[in-house]
Amino acid sequence: MNDKTKDAFSADTALEAYWSAAAEGRLLLKKCEDCGEVHYYPRPLCPFCMSANTTWLEASGDGEIYSWSVERRGAPPYAIAFVALPEGPTLLTNIVDCDLDALSVGQKVKLAFETREERPVPVFRLA
Amino acid sequence: MSIKGKAYIAGIYEHPTRKAEGIPIAQLHAEVAKGALEDAGLGLRDVDAYFCAGDAPGLGGLSMADYLGLDVRHSDTTETGGSSYLLHVNHAAQAIATGKCKVALITLAGKPRTGGAPPGRPPMAVQPPDLPFESPFKPTVLNIYAMVARRHMHDHGTTAEQLAWIKVAASHHAQHNPHAMLRDVVTVEDVVNSPIVADPLHRLDCCVVSDGGGAIVVVAPEIAAQLKRPKVRVIGAGEAIKHMRGGKVDLSHSAGQWSAAKAFEEAGVKPGDIKYASLYDSFTITVLMQIEDIGFCARGQGGRFVADGGLISGVGKLPFNTDGGGLCNNHPGNRGGMTKVLEAVRQLRGEAHPAVQVKNCDLALAHGTGGYLGTRHGSGTLILERA
Repeated sequence: MNDKTKDAFSADTALEAYWSAAAEGRLLLKKCEDCGEVHYYPRPLCPFCMSANTTWLEASGDGEIYSWSVERRGAPPYAIAFVALPEGPTLLTNIVDCDLDALSVGQKVKLAFETREERPVPVFRLA
Repeated sequence: MSIKGKAYIAGIYEHPTRKAEGIPIAQLHAEVAKGALEDAGLGLRDVDAYFCAGDAPGLGGLSMADYLGLDVRHSDTTETGGSSYLLHVNHAAQAIATGKCKVALITLAGKPRTGGAPPGRPPMAVQPPDLPFESPFKPTVLNIYAMVARRHMHDHGTTAEQLAWIKVAASHHAQHNPHAMLRDVVTVEDVVNSPIVADPLHRLDCCVVSDGGGAIVVVAPEIAAQLKRPKVRVIGAGEAIKHMRGGKVDLSHSAGQWSAAKAFEEAGVKPGDIKYASLYDSFTITVLMQIEDIGFCARGQGGRFVADGGLISGVGKLPFNTDGGGLCNNHPGNRGGMTKVLEAVRQLRGEAHPAVQVKNCDLALAHGTGGYLGTRHGSGTLILERA
């Protein structure tokens, strides 16, 4: 991420609460108070019904691997995954501190945070 | 209103270069434009509509119309990544059907191999809203497509060997194409023994990175009637976008399921009627997903369908990418949609290499998947017939 990009997202007032919670190790999702759908990544207008009546919902931190891959080019290799949350959304993330040769679809995982390019971002460890 | 029979593909051209050292992208666009117009028997002054996508330099359609010297009354710069050119043919047919133009020129050129944009995501002036929620985790074209393959293996028992058959089939075709980057026939063992780049995809599950380009001329029926080349009629088209739906991620199918259904409905034909298919082959998994999405076999049966030479011309039930495709021939500008249309037209004209020409090829399908199969992508399907 270059400086300009960082500035653009830091200046986004709709994401202030998200980044504050992330700094405390909490992952916030968005819930629509009109249609009831939970979405991620967070948007002020619900992507299911376009209502502006969206509120924050804290994720439990549980999850399950929906799919995964280990990028082997370059070093070090890393695991990328889609993790399905019990709250509804599936998010793109990394599985960290794990045996890269022992991952599988359906594994239970637990939320953690790592700092990437000066931002706290949600990653997962095997539960 | 339908486009069925309202437009014809009158000219095509594929740039022979695979490594355009010292040649700017605009010049490649001009060379393919000239080639396709000459193929059609038309000239610069006949063109009244221009189509290009994100590979065009500068202000896209404006910069290219300027460089090429075009006077157009219709233009379209629809951008869905590598599938853009299939959508352009659809949009050109729509514009012709509604009287907005009569001769539409579509061009693509790119040189990821010798400069310009690196392979992968094109540079974006305004960053996408998903960026801080995805880029920290280092998604790549490879690992995003790989996750689709992983899920297919989990759901349906698809194997690496089955995926490898797709590359094997492409290599059987590429051996006959003197312009192809990879002309050696490979085996299933060669593919599965090549290094893993992103589990479960191997190096040989990936397309080539090449410079080059291509162009298409789409014309109104009254123009086609005056031209000497074999006539290829556009009889059906469909397009669709699939994305992450606010977190309801579903890797079980692509947008091709929707775009193909629309194209078949418009054309009034069925998957079983298709004699030849050009399928987007950025990776072997891309082909497998599209085969199921289009309906060439049932969901989950793609692995069995492609195994044992199922896609080899003259051997299998569905000859595909007889030019060698993106997997072996050419993937100009990291965008495979243009070359998919070109080989489908060659097949319908009877101008594919004799070793891979499908007998009595009167109905063909060309399909593209642009963007990222596992996150957000645009699909385009064309159904073409020999007139």
